[in-house]
Amino acid sequence: MMPDLGKYAEAVLSSYAVSLLLLVVLTVASVRRARRVRKELQDIEGKMRKDG
Amino acid sequence: MNFNALWQYANPKKFIETTDRVLPAISVLAGLCMVAGLIWGFFFTPEDYRQGSTVKIIYLHVPSALMAINIWLMMLVTSLVWIVRRHHVSALAARAAAPIGMVMTVIALVTGAIWGQPMWGTWWAWDPRLTSFLILFLFYLGYIALWSAIENDDTAADLTAILCLVGSVFALLSRYAVNFWNQGLHQGASLSLDREENVADVFWYPLVVTMAGFVLFFVALVILRTQTEIRARRMRALLARERMG
Repeated sequence: MMPDLGKYAEAVLSSYAVSLLLLVVLTVASVRRARRVRKELQDIEGKMRKDG
Repeated sequence: MNFNALWQYANPKKFIETTDRVLPAISVLAGLCMVAGLIWGFFFTPEDYRQGSTVKIIYLHVPSALMAINIWLMMLVTSLVWIVRRHHVSALAARAAAPIGMVMTVIALVTGAIWGQPMWGTWWAWDPRLTSFLILFLFYLGYIALWSAIENDDTAADLTAILCLVGSVFALLSRYAVNFWNQGLHQGASLSLDREENVADVFWYPLVVTMAGFVLFFVALVILRTQTEIRARRMRALLARERMG
C-alpha cells in the first residue's frame, strides 16, 4: 500500500507529518475555544437573566 | 442578484443563525475533499521524472501557499468593509482568519524548505518569492499581536485594518514575485489558465481536489472562528456593562 518514496522518503513524510500536525492543532484549538466561549457566554447570560 | 441583501449578515445574530445551518455540510465536504485529494496525490500518483517522489509535496505546498495569499486578501476585503461600513462582523471575520492564514504560510514555508533541500541543495534562499512569503508571515504575526495588544475592540479593528492594507502589498508581491523578477530559485506558478503551462494532468486532478479541500477547510474554520469572536465580543460587552452598573 505504501508507495516507494525512494531516497526522498524522509523529505516527503516529514512534509506530510508537519503539515497535518499543524492543521490538526489549528482545528482542535479552534473547536475547543469555540466550545469554551459558547459555554462562558451562556453562563454569563444565564446569570444576568437571573439577576434581572 | 441583489447584493444589498448580503448586508443582513452584518447582523451578528443573523450571521450565527445562518452559518450554523451551513457549517456542518461545509465541514464534511472540506474533510472529504482534503482526505480524498491527499490520499489520491500521495498513494496514486507517479513520481516525476525530475523531482522523483518529492513531487508529492505539491499537494500540501501549492494549496497552502494559495490560501496564505488569498486569506490575506479576504482580510483586506473585510477590513475595507469595516473601515467603510463599520460592521463588526467583518472586522471579527478578519481577526478570525488571521491565525488560519498564518498556519497556511508556515506550511508553505516549511514544505518549500523541505522540498528545496534535495532539489535546490538548500533549505532557504533569499529569492523574491521566498522572501516575500517570509515577510507575509511576519505581517500575519504582527496582525495577530496587534489585535491582542489593544483592549478596545474598535481601536484594534481600525489599526489592524490599516496594517492589513499595508500588508496587502506583500501578499500581492508573494503572488506575482516570480513574474516581477526573472531571477531567484522559485519556479513559475504550478497552475495556470493556460493549459500548456499547467502541471501534467496526472498531478493536476488530485491537486485541484486538494485545493478545493483547503478552500472549504478555510471557509468552515473561518465561520467557526468568526462565531467565536462574535460571542467573545458580546461576552466582553456584557461583563463591562455588569462592572459599570
